[in-house]
Amino acid sequence: MSVTGANRVSATVVIERAAFPQLLDALKTARYKLLGPKLVNGAIVYEELAGAGELPAGWAEDQMPGVYKLKRRIDEALFGYTVGPHSWKKFLHPAVAVLWQATKNAKGFDLAAPPIRAQKLALLGVRPCDLHAISILDTVLGRGPYKDPVWAALRKGVFVLAVNCVEPGGTCFCASMNTGPRASFGFDIALTEVVEAERHFFVATAGTERGSAMLEKTPHRPARPDELDRADQLLANAASKMGRKLDTTGLKELLYRNHEHPRWDNVAGRCLSCASCTMVCPTCFCTTVEDTTDVTGRHAARVRKWDSCFTLAFSFIHGGPIRASVRARYRHWLTHKFATWLDQFGTFGCVGCGRCITWCPAGIDVTEEIGAIRHTESAKSRKEAS
Amino acid sequence: MEIKQLEQLLAESDFFKDLDPAYRQMLAGCGRNVVFRPGEYLFQEGEHAREFYLIRKGKVALQIKVPGRGPVILQTVQDGDVVGWAWLVPPYKRQYDACAIELTRAVAFDGVCIRSKCEQDPKLGYEFFKRFAAVMAARLSAMRLQLLDLYANP
Amino acid sequence: MPIRDVINRAEAEPVLPDPMLVQPWRVRRLVRETADTFTLELQPQASSGQMRFKPGQFNMLYVFGVGEIPISISGDPAQPRMLLHTTREVGAVTRAMRQLRPGAVVGVRGPFGTAWPIEECEGADVVIVAGGIGLAPLRPALYQILARRDLYGRVVLLYGARTPADILYRRELERWRARFDLEVYATVDRAMSGWRGNVGVVTALIPRAPFDPSSAVALVCGPEVMMRFAVQELLKRGVQPGAIYISMERNMKCGIGLCGHCQLGPAFVCKDGPVMRYDKLADWLQKWEA
Repeated sequence: MSVTGANRVSATVVIERAAFPQLLDALKTARYKLLGPKLVNGAIVYEELAGAGELPAGWAEDQMPGVYKLKRRIDEALFGYTVGPHSWKKFLHPAVAVLWQATKNAKGFDLAAPPIRAQKLALLGVRPCDLHAISILDTVLGRGPYKDPVWAALRKGVFVLAVNCVEPGGTCFCASMNTGPRASFGFDIALTEVVEAERHFFVATAGTERGSAMLEKTPHRPARPDELDRADQLLANAASKMGRKLDTTGLKELLYRNHEHPRWDNVAGRCLSCASCTMVCPTCFCTTVEDTTDVTGRHAARVRKWDSCFTLAFSFIHGGPIRASVRARYRHWLTHKFATWLDQFGTFGCVGCGRCITWCPAGIDVTEEIGAIRHTESAKSRKEAS
Repeated sequence: MEIKQLEQLLAESDFFKDLDPAYRQMLAGCGRNVVFRPGEYLFQEGEHAREFYLIRKGKVALQIKVPGRGPVILQTVQDGDVVGWAWLVPPYKRQYDACAIELTRAVAFDGVCIRSKCEQDPKLGYEFFKRFAAVMAARLSAMRLQLLDLYANP
Repeated sequence: MPIRDVINRAEAEPVLPDPMLVQPWRVRRLVRETADTFTLELQPQASSGQMRFKPGQFNMLYVFGVGEIPISISGDPAQPRMLLHTTREVGAVTRAMRQLRPGAVVGVRGPFGTAWPIEECEGADVVIVAGGIGLAPLRPALYQILARRDLYGRVVLLYGARTPADILYRRELERWRARFDLEVYATVDRAMSGWRGNVGVVTALIPRAPFDPSSAVALVCGPEVMMRFAVQELLKRGVQPGAIYISMERNMKCGIGLCGHCQLGPAFVCKDGPVMRYDKLADWLQKWEA
């Protein structure tokens, strides 16, 4: 596959760096709310942008287990970082959502769901791993017999500007999960940013008519073969620069077989059960609800909030929690991502973005934990064979 | 012929039905028919255990007297069940009461008689103990579940 | 407000309203069942309101300003204008519920989850094994079976409670016991002398219950450990693993498979359950803290 992905609707074009802000301006003119990467408090996070001027030009990060450090690039690449602690779920599956509000009346109570925002969202700089994450959440929240009304309302009409990954981070393993580094679906426009000594340009392709229309409003010209080659080369290079690797062969069965494994005790000794991994994970979707009243007792509301399977309360049924130990909670999370998710939704629940590794305060690395379990099994079978 | 009738009863019981007929005949020689009216004790705690019972028809409460609470029923047994194993294990003392709560017909087996037959014929002894072990295992497993008090409000 | 009318999730799919919104139902009365259990009888606030449900399904019940919990429906599926929920006072919501007066309004979302396989029971012997308050979600199944009693073979109800005073739906059990077309066996885990019924665990009733294991369908509900042991007795008796159904319980916040709380292995208990076929769940039941 090339940058000219499966759902391409227009020719691949080149946008020069100088013209790039006009693409964002075009989106703004079309009344999209621009959401994209921005440097805030020492990290690159996703927030509302006024325009291209707020993109983190020239910034990159060092990412390792438990480590995230910004650093200057030698160039002024706009998308030269990898991914930060935020994922797009913060906009489409908000951390806090009021599901309804109710007021007592003579007959009982009146109840209404607050309207969900009206402005269309444009997600700028969506990495291929995160495209997959959005698609996974489309399945989880939008395709069951019951659909999440919040997701459905926010997701509708979202404009996706994907940016292919030429700088995988130290904790990335999208190549192992087959989710990157190249966007293959789910975008309106996909870009590959090319920064050379003398030139800075974007190779762009539209995935939808909508995307094509936006490209039309941005100065561009057909891409030359050498420009395409350059972009392809960067992406091929990126695939080989992944900081992490994960062997997914028979992974579901491996985990199902190893519900009891000493490695779970080992990792439980390091895991703080802090829920960081689930907050930064672009596919973790679990929520809880809080029912509240005001001081008069007349007004009530139900508020949905992100929850985490790492909390004790998560599995509580009368009497106590089902997963009382950290061992069980870590195992549940990891087994969900790499095994039960397949049975539930037909894909892994992991896209290899590496956030859970980077943002784990204990530096726990899923690829290492799975590798350790696989290693003991293969060591055992080698032993049995000899 | 009481022995013949007893043999027939044993052949129909779950406990003895797949035992070698020759053995059943031997065991029938140790048994006798008994009847207990409601409220009548088959045996009481502390007594010397001379017999065990195969209940033909009726219901028996196995209970322990708890001062301040009265007799607590631990289990009820009924048609086809076997009651009592204290005769099997020294010092042959009853550990609980067995009280009929309905009119109960049973076969009472003389423990000394059976023990001596088992001593003489270890194969019979083995067959016999296998059956008792199964009964005891089932009781133990039921008691474990009761001990968990599963329906209690947490 | 229209009451959601969902008989089959799959066929109802395109027209589902916002599944997070609660519908108002009015408390008709509150019946104390045992020392710590009670039944909430609800009627729709709107004159046109009703809820069609299948035996085994549950509702999410909301007490204004306090919170929402899942409770199985324990009433008669043939009476969609009357919702019965039997529950135990164990937490803030059930305690608040216990204080509700006739006329009070509670919020209802549902019915959710899978149902007992009543159609599959047709022509078969039906063995119902209930423990404690596990009888509540099985009662609608019994109502439905008894309404068309001729469709089924022998029907046996085996019920275990903690003590004689903890027996649920006592009068109804007595009425059922008096029927010639239903075998009812009850047992308690502990009793004082004077109790003339059975004492012993409910699993001990299985070996001698009158049914044909080769054709029987078993519906089991109670504490998870009780269900595990009941299933073992049913299997020992010769009931097919695929003909045994159990009703599971897990933490639930949404009731519709979106909040993630109720996962048990690959299953979301709220939408793949609560009623699940034993053979599909067997591996996971044995996994500790799964």
